[in-house]
Amino acid sequence: MSDAAAKPTGAAASSVADQGRVSIGQIFLEFLIIGGTSFGGVVPYLRGSLVTKRRWIDDKEFVEMLSISQSLPGLNATNMAILVGEKLRGALGSIVAVIGICLPGAVLMYAVGVFYRIHGDHVWVTAALKGVAAAAVGLILSTVVSLSKKSLEGKFDFFFMALTVIAVNRLHLGVPRTLIGVGILAILFHRPRKSQKESVAQ
Amino acid sequence: MNQIPALVRVFAYLSLLTVGGGMAAFPEMKVLTVDVHKWLTFQQLIHLYSVGQMAPGPNMMMIVPIGQWAGGFLGAAAVLLAFFGPTAILAYIVARGWKKLEKWPWRTSIQQGLAPVSIGLLLAGCFTMAKGAITGAETAAISVGVLLILMRYKINPALLVLAGALIGLLSFMPK
Repeated sequence: MSDAAAKPTGAAASSVADQGRVSIGQIFLEFLIIGGTSFGGVVPYLRGSLVTKRRWIDDKEFVEMLSISQSLPGLNATNMAILVGEKLRGALGSIVAVIGICLPGAVLMYAVGVFYRIHGDHVWVTAALKGVAAAAVGLILSTVVSLSKKSLEGKFDFFFMALTVIAVNRLHLGVPRTLIGVGILAILFHRPRKSQKESVAQ
Repeated sequence: MNQIPALVRVFAYLSLLTVGGGMAAFPEMKVLTVDVHKWLTFQQLIHLYSVGQMAPGPNMMMIVPIGQWAGGFLGAAAVLLAFFGPTAILAYIVARGWKKLEKWPWRTSIQQGLAPVSIGLLLAGCFTMAKGAITGAETAAISVGVLLILMRYKINPALLVLAGALIGLLSFMPK
């Protein structure tokens, strides 16, 4: 524990010193920039901006916040904005961060929606969108593969994953019942054990 | 008919299902927005979701057009608030309490247990979407191609979705 904390001392020291001076306007602007430039996935942009460029949080905090974001309902991007905003300036920081990160994409998709409603029937739009939708399926599958590599351990995790898919797509139990049912099963399976306590504490 | 209360209800509910990502809520979103409320067709939902992958920021901004179509500008604003409000408040509360939970052994259990379920939900959403998006050998080839490229090379996924648009234009335009 102390070793891990000792490493990023330099960065941590400056980030702690800066914290008091991060203004609400700065938070909004930084998240607005991330929201407007993060093509193809927000997480790397968040890290580049918050950890590397601004040093508002260090890498360890970033990973920690990301793992919290992933186990809560809500998108990683907006949950991260809330967590980082809260850390920097409390409730107001959270609010401006989440508005900043959402605003550019929301405005863009609003315009896309208006355009699509008028021109969505044109043959060339339909043709292009057919390709876009197929590509998006491939993109989601690649996310499934990389997440599985990163966070699934052992055959039981794959079993819980398969059970989730079957419950939603085959048994049509619906997402909420599946989430609660399989979720509780999987959490109980990973319940704290005496032998694990040591590693959990770290 | 005023759709705004229904929009708020549906999207606030959907937001609570997005454990691990927006796609987790996709099967439920299809049922509620397409089958129950008929705000748009399944094809339109797939199109909006896919185009949304090219937009910067959180990748579920495709909810904005749904709100806009069903309830105008106010509908779009209502959907945003409903979808991001409840989870934001939850994240805020957890952010304040999480430090205290650091020693709580179940915290790790919850994280480890939810990982396979959230990946399963993502995959289930993907299959739901594939039912409408994969219509033949060409679309299947595009999907597999994107998957293989992303597994092998470090390339911005938004570019590949854009490339999908180009391939779509070239292959699916009626001659």
